[in-house]
Order: sequence, then C-alpha cells, then structure tokens
Amino acid sequence: MFKLRNQELIILIVTVVIFAGFSVFLDKFFSTGNLLTLMRSVSILGILSIAMAVVVISKGIDLSLIATLAVGTALASVLSSADVLPSIDLPFIYAVILGFIFTAILCAMTGILVAYWDMASVFVTLAMAGVIYGLGRTLFIRDELNYLPEDAAWLEYLGRGQLFGVPMPIICFLMLAIIMHLLLTKTTFGKFVYSIGDSGLAARTAGVPVRPILVMIFILAGTVAYFAGLLTAGAISSINTRMVAGSMIYDVLLVVVVGGIGLSGGKGGMHNVILGTLLIGTLLNGMVIMDISFIVQNLIKGIILLLAIMTDTLLNPRDEQTTQQGDI
Amino acid sequence: MSTLRQRFLTARYNIFPDHVFGEILAKRWADNAIPFLTLLFVGVGLLFILPGFYTGYNLTEYGRQYAELGLIVLGMTIVMMGGGLDLSVGSIFAIANLVALYCVHVLSLDPILTLLITMGAGAACGAVNGFFIGIIGMRAFLTTLVTLIIYRSIVDLLLLEYALDISSVFPDSELWEYIGDGDTYGIPFVLVATAIVFIVGHLLISRMKPGWHLTAVGGSRRSAYNAGIKVKQTIFFSYVTCGILCSAAGFMYAARMASTGAETGKGLELTILTAAVLGGVSLGGGRGSVPKAIFGSLIVLLLLNGLLQFGIQGGAIQLIFGIILLLTILIDVRWVKNRFRLLNKVYVSPTYFKLPAPASIEAKSDSAYAVNDKLKDVSVIGLGKVEGPEDVILDDDDNLYAGSRHGDIVRFYGKNHEKMEVFAHVGGHPLGLAWDKDYNLVACIPDMGVISISQDRKVSKITDETNRSLTSVIDDRRLSLADDLDIAPDGRIFFSEATIRYRLKDWPMDCVESRGNGRIICYDPKTNKTKTIIRNLKFANGVCVTKDCQSILFAETFGMKVSRYWFEGPKKGTTEVIMDNIPGYPDNINRASDGNYWLALVGMRGPALDLALTLPDFRKRMSRRINTSNWLFPNINTGCVIKITEHGEVLESLWDLKARNHPMVTSMKEHKGHLYLGGIQNNRIGKYKIPDANKNWSGFQDYWGGK
Repeated sequence: MFKLRNQELIILIVTVVIFAGFSVFLDKFFSTGNLLTLMRSVSILGILSIAMAVVVISKGIDLSLIATLAVGTALASVLSSADVLPSIDLPFIYAVILGFIFTAILCAMTGILVAYWDMASVFVTLAMAGVIYGLGRTLFIRDELNYLPEDAAWLEYLGRGQLFGVPMPIICFLMLAIIMHLLLTKTTFGKFVYSIGDSGLAARTAGVPVRPILVMIFILAGTVAYFAGLLTAGAISSINTRMVAGSMIYDVLLVVVVGGIGLSGGKGGMHNVILGTLLIGTLLNGMVIMDISFIVQNLIKGIILLLAIMTDTLLNPRDEQTTQQGDI
Repeated sequence: MSTLRQRFLTARYNIFPDHVFGEILAKRWADNAIPFLTLLFVGVGLLFILPGFYTGYNLTEYGRQYAELGLIVLGMTIVMMGGGLDLSVGSIFAIANLVALYCVHVLSLDPILTLLITMGAGAACGAVNGFFIGIIGMRAFLTTLVTLIIYRSIVDLLLLEYALDISSVFPDSELWEYIGDGDTYGIPFVLVATAIVFIVGHLLISRMKPGWHLTAVGGSRRSAYNAGIKVKQTIFFSYVTCGILCSAAGFMYAARMASTGAETGKGLELTILTAAVLGGVSLGGGRGSVPKAIFGSLIVLLLLNGLLQFGIQGGAIQLIFGIILLLTILIDVRWVKNRFRLLNKVYVSPTYFKLPAPASIEAKSDSAYAVNDKLKDVSVIGLGKVEGPEDVILDDDDNLYAGSRHGDIVRFYGKNHEKMEVFAHVGGHPLGLAWDKDYNLVACIPDMGVISISQDRKVSKITDETNRSLTSVIDDRRLSLADDLDIAPDGRIFFSEATIRYRLKDWPMDCVESRGNGRIICYDPKTNKTKTIIRNLKFANGVCVTKDCQSILFAETFGMKVSRYWFEGPKKGTTEVIMDNIPGYPDNINRASDGNYWLALVGMRGPALDLALTLPDFRKRMSRRINTSNWLFPNINTGCVIKITEHGEVLESLWDLKARNHPMVTSMKEHKGHLYLGGIQNNRIGKYKIPDANKNWSGFQDYWGGK
C-alpha cells in the first residue's frame, strides 16, 4: 500500500532500534500496560500531526494548532457548564458544535489572511495563536482549568474508553489517518493540496482554485486540532488553557519533520505521520521512564528537531529560483 | 483671453504641485512615513489619554527599557534585512542576563570584562543560528524557533544550578551600579550607549560595505551571489551581530534588575518582531534601516507601557499584540507589493498646455514647411552597423563620429565612410556631440553627464552634477538626461537636460506631462563649476551657439518652440522666444554654412495629441487606467530638417515622405557640402548633398578656425 522511500526506511529502522533498545535496557518499557499508555499518549500528538501534515504538504505551517485545540475545547466546556449559562442549560453536544463554529471561523480567518492577503503562514499563525488565545480568554474563558459537564460521558468514553481492549484515542487516530489518507490520495481536493505544495504558482496557472483550497486546508487542520482537543478533555475530564504556552507545538513539528514530510511542501503522507508519531512517542515515553527532567527533555527534543530539520534541508534543498520573497 | 475653464485647469494642473506627490513617494525615505505617523499618533494619543504618562520618573524608566529594547530590535532588523529572522532573541537575552549576573555576582569580575564575556556568549548563540541558517541553508523561522527552546532549556538548567548563588551575593562595583541606574548629564547611561550603537550601526548599514552587502543579499540572494558577494558569510555574520546586540541588552538588563526570574525574555521575540515590522522592516529582506528600528521599537515601547498603565494584562495584551502584528504584516505586504504600482499611477502629473493650430505643411501651400521629397535619395552610411546615432559629427579629415546605443562612440572612415571602428567606449548612449577647441570630442550622455574624449581616445568626465535647487523634491543635482550641447569660444559648455523626472527610455512620458522639467545648464572650465541657468523647459533639447558667439539657440521639443538666450553682450541674461507653435517636435540645432541654422523636427504634431494637451484631466485618467503601451504619445511619424535664421524665420524644409532611406531625423551636421543625418532609433546615418553649399565649410573650422 505504501512505498517507503529511503528516508522513511531509515526512520522505521531507527524507531525499531530505539524501541528494541528501550525494551532491553528499560525494564518497565516493554509491558502491555506501558505500551498502551504510550499509544494513548501519542495518539493525541498523532492527531495533531495529521492536522499539521495537511498544512505542511501544502507548503504552509500552522503554529496556532495548540491555541485552537485549547481555546475551542475550553469554550465548548464553558458554554455548557452550569455556572456560566445556567438559564439556558446548553447540552454539551450543542456546545461542541458552537466550539466547532468558533474554531472554524478563526481558522477561516487564518486561511484568508494567508491565501487572499499573501501573508506568510508562519507569521499569520504565530500571531493568530496569540489572537485566538487572547480572544478566548478575554471574552469567554475566565479560568485556566475548565471541567467537562456531566453530560459529556460520550466524550470521556472517546477519551479513555476501550474497544476490544484497544484504547479509543488510538482507534480515533488510526481512523482519522485512514480518512485523511483517502482524502489526500483519492480525491480531487487531495491532488490540489499536493499540487499547491509543489508549486502554488503552477497550480494556479493550471486552474487550481489555490486560494479557496488554502482556506479549506486551514479550516480542516483547525477542525482536526479541535477534535484532538476534545479527546484530550475526554481523557482527563478537563481542559487547561495553559497548554497554549507549552511546548506541544514543537512535538507536533518534530513528528511531521522527523516523519519525513518535507517542509518544502508537496511531499509525504499519512504513513509519515504514523512513522513520526511512533518514533517520537517511543522517545518521549522512554525519557519519561528514564526520569529525565522536563527541561532536559526539552533540550533533547530541541536538538533532535534541529538535526531533523537539518537533514530535511540537506535532503530537500530549497529551490532558490522559485522561493518567494518572505518565504522564510 | 482665457475662459473660466482654462483658468481652472491652469490653477488645478499647472499651479497646484501635483508632481510632488509622486516625487515624495519615489523617495526612499517615504518608506518611513507610515511608521513615523504611527509613532506620532501613538505618542500624542497617550499624551491625551494618560495624563502623567510622560512624567520625569517614567521617562527615565522608559529610557532604560528602551536602551535594551532598541538594541534587540536593531539586531532583529539586521537579521531581517539579510532575509532572515531570529526568534531566539528572547532566549539569547536571558542567557546573557544570566552570564552577566554570574560573572559579576559570583565571580566578582570587572563589569568591562563581564561585558566582553557576555557578548562572547551572545556571539556564540548567534553563531549557532548563523551556522544552521547561513551555512547549511535551513529555514530561519523554524531553526530559530528550535534554538529558542534549546537556549531556553539551557537557561533553565543553569538557573537551577546558580540562581541561589547569584541572588545571595550583592556585587560591590560602582561601575556596575552606574550601568544599572547611572545618568550621563541627566540621561540614563545605557540610553547614551544605545544611541552610540545606533549611530555606528546607521553608518555601517547605510554608508558602508557590510550594510550594502546585507541589503543586497536580502533583496535578491541570487543576484547578490552572482555579483560576487559572499552570501553565506554575510548571513552568518548578521546572526552573530544579532546575538551580540541581544547579549548587550541582556547585560544592561542584568545591571538594572539583577533578576534571576525564569520568565526573563520569555515571549520577547513577538514583541521584537512586532517592533521591527511596525518600523517598516520587511519580512523577507532587503528593506530596513536604523531609523526604522528606532521608530518601531519606540512605538512598541509606548504601546506596552500604555497598555500596562491602563491595567490591561495577560490574554488581552496577547490579543492586542497579535492583532497589531497581523495588521502591520498586512500593511507591510500590501505596501511593498503595491508601492510601485501606486507610484506609477500618481507619478505622471499632466498640465494644461494649449497651442493654436500649427502652420500648414500641405505640399501645395506656400508655407515654408510645405512637404517635398528632397531627402528621398539620401545615401546611407553604416547600415546595420550602428544603433541609435542620435547625433553625428565630422572632423576635418572627414571622419564621421556617432553615438551608439551599445555605449560606444563609433567612427566611420575611408573615402565613403565604409569602414567602421569603435572610437571609444563610454558606457552610456551618447546623444549630443561637439568639438572643443583642442579637438576633444565632448558628448552628452544620459545618466552620466557630460564627458570628453581626447584624440588619443581617453575618456574623462567633465561634469555630472549641477547646483541643487531648494524647492525641488527630486534631487536635481544629478544630471539625469543630458541631451545636446554646444561650446562657446571661451570654453563654456552650454548643454540641455531634457527632463529631470524621467529616464531616457520614458522620454515620451514627459510630453504626456508637458510640465516643463527640462533645463539649460552651463559648465565653466575656468571655475570648474556647473550651474543651471534656465529651468522649467518642456524637454530642452538642441543647443547651438550663434555665430555672433553671444547667445545660444535652444529647442524645447514638447514646447514646440525655439528660444535664444544671451550669455554675453548687451542683452546678457535674457531669453527671447524666436520660434513658437512649430508644427513638429524640434530636436537638435546646428550651424549651416550660409550663416543660418539647421533644425531637426523629429516628428510632426497631430490634432489628437494637441487636443489632449489641453485636457490634463483626460491624460491623468489615461495614465492611471490604461497600459503605458496604449497611451496617446507624440507621433514620431515623419521628420524633416528645416533651415532657420537666427530670428526664427523658416527658410526651407527637407522632407522624406516615404522615409525609406532615412526614417527618423534627430540631428544633422553640415560638412563640406553635405548634410549628415542622425536618428535616435535608426540603424544608419544619412548623407544628403546640399545644392549650392560651400564645399569647404566644416563645423570645426567655423567654430575654432584652422587646425
């Protein structure tokens, strides 16, 4: 089904080696309990990486994913919580839909700024992360920590339930990966995404509606991130907006870049996301078991990411001829 | 008598300075207008909204903050000018803060030594960024985003280790305290230091090689590489410089706050980026300066402190700064993209210009302009060998010289001028040519000025600038379109500059404008001074010293007239129009052997353009709305040569109706019974035998006597 390129083969081998190494040297690593924990903890990361992957394939980047995730989900839980809107007593499912509309509108704004106003996606999404967080915190969300209402049991099942012994987040991750894979490879939309990533100018000349597609890509990514947020909330019955300031976005970038989706666009697919997620998940889990402090973890992740981007640059050198002004 | 409409049009289009808008927009400093106005708006706004915002204590405090902020923004500006970006500035700042504190508090080092060590640390951090981005070629944004975390982790690790040691000791150094809160003549010392860095930085960036290389690399990497600039090193050093500036700021912060807080410099990158973009530094490179960095950082400083005094915090500040960043990037993108489009739209600023119907040129009329076919049989010299001989000239050995579009002056020699050689390479397209008394060939070259070529082919500059007029927005000191010249007996060179507002290739636009942007300039070899003597001419063109050697005749191509200016004698300093309302566009003027003057008409007027010249609003609309290639331009249809007296009386005209042998006439020189014709778009030189002409008359002898 997937044809592995050299780079992907290397990642796969590295993953297997690290996995084997951890299994041998860390006595708590290779146990069913730990492996399930590992899979569950990385599935959120994996879902976010799916969102990022779609954007990166179209030669963009979305640094506002975590803000979307946290603020959208927190908004949904706030809207349905009893002490904010007691008179309406909004069922959680409606709150989820309202949260979705909020995210979709903001992501559409991001997309419009990128597509129609020719601004570089890095800056737009960097600034939008602040805007989304600030907007949510000043208008809707009073507290950092927001608990899910009682009628969110279905979400909690999605977040920490099991189906045939497999944790639901993993199933969600795999399902989403399959859906996205089909979307990217079997539909016109997917072909457009790749063509835009290869060369936006050529795609436009060939008649691809580049701008609307770009807006759709950002909405799609935001929606997937929002879904990841719901799962996170479901797993621990609450959502903390502080995670916006955390380093999760770097983990997501790490997965995408290490997985082999070139930042120059037009390359890679869902198998890269799964590979990257496995590798980074294993690493993170191993570091937790080895009791490496959070700061050192960040340092290690940073250095790995730096090396990964370097490898990516050396493997896919940027084309100076077609690089646009402001594409930094 | 002028009608009300005419008076209105004159007031609106001729007196109202329309052209100034375009000229201001074309200035490099116009780029700073938006940041400057924003700064003014924010500064004055805070004065009214927050009384007491600018009180003495606050000002000192802002001064110290600004010293640090300004340095980091300058660093970011330098990196951005090279086409990069540095998001790790906040972390480098934090590292520097920690290193400085450790050196002074724990190691009790001298502050000067500490500064050097701190800057070394900053340079090392910058070098890491520079290595990955400059040498390896990684994306600046992601790379510095990652080094941001790495440096931050290093700070956190070091803090765990040394925070207690640092905060338990109080340094005993007067200099350190002075850096922290000392004043120099009432101004915070750090602010003075930063000001000095700004001045040095401005000189380095705008006046010296490092800055030029940096701008070139940021503006167009590929071209910079092809021009031989070391692109990778330039980028590398831009990051090192940024690291050093950030660490200097961290050093100042350490002296001021002595804080070991983990939050130091967190989120600073967004503030700095916003400041740089607000100042007008472009993302993607090539555009930036120290004043821009100063404006941007001032705006952000005022905004930050203003918001804090309002009591706005946390999420709301993020929201406001996020929106500001988005808006400024938006404006930056639109401005950079559309500035020149806007400039093109507003630059051409037509005026009202009405002429009566011209004299008839009908073949059967008794007008002196009546068309004939006398030039039909001109013989052709150098067909296909020369391109764009605007003017020609001959020496007493019958060698024929002409300018060429390739930047050469070519010489035809041999009995029938059948051989050709490049006489001298001058580097520009030579227009007017004349001999001086030492047999040097003097030429007017657009964008270069007036140059002289000696008989042994040495090219030397005579002049390339004149006096600057105070009211002109365009720098009219430089000669932009030197067109034709002639030399008075005392060696003074009188030459015309067709227009100061357009380049040679855009010359018809000056007609669409008809504003009078040309001038007559005089170069005096005795004083070696160049001075503008007549201004506001509509495309000043041909210049010829009259036989009495007391005046010059000069033509205004798009004024359709010829005037006489006295530089000696009783009428010295006065100008008199001798021909007006010419039916064509007059070009070069040269002496004829019989004491009269030859005048070239490069094209004939048409009623459509004559009408359009009275409709400035129409031409303005035309210049804004339609493509330049579809504009109504002066017709370069059929040219002719006319002979005039020094009082402007037309004696005869020479036409070539089919224009087969010699399509265009911009100049003509008489020599030993023949008239040699040049045309700026021709690939040949024409030779016409003048009936009954003096067979021994040559231009050089007429001007300077025998050899």
